[in-house]
Amino acid sequence: MDKQILAVIAVDPTTVGGGAPIFYARDKDELAEIALLISRIFGAAAHDLNNDVMIIVKH
Amino acid sequence: MKYMLTLVVATLAGFLARLYMLRRDYRQYPSYPQGWAIHLFLGFIGGAIGAVIVPAVLEGDYSAISFLLLAASQFREVRNVERQTLASMEATEMVKRGTAYIEGIARVFEARNYLAIWVALSVAIASELLVSIGLWRVGVSAVVGVILAMGLVRLMQGDQICDIATVELSEIKFDGGLVLIGETVMMNVGLPDSRKVYEERALAGIIRPNGPNAKATLANLGQMQAIAHDVSSMIGVYMDVGEQEFIPMVRRSPSTGSLHVLMVPSERDEDAFLAAIRRVPILEGAIRKPLTSEAGKMID
Repeated sequence: MDKQILAVIAVDPTTVGGGAPIFYARDKDELAEIALLISRIFGAAAHDLNNDVMIIVKH
Repeated sequence: MKYMLTLVVATLAGFLARLYMLRRDYRQYPSYPQGWAIHLFLGFIGGAIGAVIVPAVLEGDYSAISFLLLAASQFREVRNVERQTLASMEATEMVKRGTAYIEGIARVFEARNYLAIWVALSVAIASELLVSIGLWRVGVSAVVGVILAMGLVRLMQGDQICDIATVELSEIKFDGGLVLIGETVMMNVGLPDSRKVYEERALAGIIRPNGPNAKATLANLGQMQAIAHDVSSMIGVYMDVGEQEFIPMVRRSPSTGSLHVLMVPSERDEDAFLAAIRRVPILEGAIRKPLTSEAGKMID
């Protein structure tokens, strides 16, 4: 059961950084759209960090 | 040939006992018909072993008895085979059984062969003790076999969730991306579309243990996984491969020891959901009895 962050999606570039692939969205709608696409590609779950940042985690 | 009647009756009794113990229910395990063929044949071998022991003892053929007991020990292999089969099929399960459940099933299948041997042995003993009453002994030993088989099956029957806990529906709440039941955070659902599915279709239940023994038993991770697996195999689950956010969740509330079950069933039927949770078997390996210890009694 090793969980892994596959991607980070953010609206505001200043809120995120680091090693995982980061995707920037223009607004909340695009954020959800990108999260949906990436999560379906990996078969992973999208989690909302409630600060306009979403992470895709493989459980 | 003087033992032929005893051998036939006792072997048949062992075989029929194994057949009686095979049940077809929602789990479809052992699978039908191939899985059944395997287990019925093993039951037949078990019955034959149990039946032959009695004539071997009466004839004083102790080397034969040693070999028969050696053969009986081969049934240990049944457990390994069952475990391997289930473990290799685990990857194809949408909701995993979990290793504890697999161990439990494997153990049951091994034990049932020994029960078949016991039934065959008792029928053979009854048949040989009653040689004086002629063919009537077939009937009497059959009755002995039926009573023993039914008694053993009864003794081997484990509890279900409804025997150790009360199950009720509970309310699902949302806090941003979080899905909560009561105060317990179940999961973080990020996608708005997935959240909508949860709002519209999800069901949540709470399993309240009756007492400290039940609480300790329900705290077992294998038991929690078994609940998720069994409930989804009974009422179906609304998910596709890779949709991890819809995997049924069982979480424990540390303060009360209650279990929260959250799932999105394929059909939203509250009564069926509760009935499914109540019917989940308690895994033998999960059972804990803290109340039998001195320290456990002091806490209670």
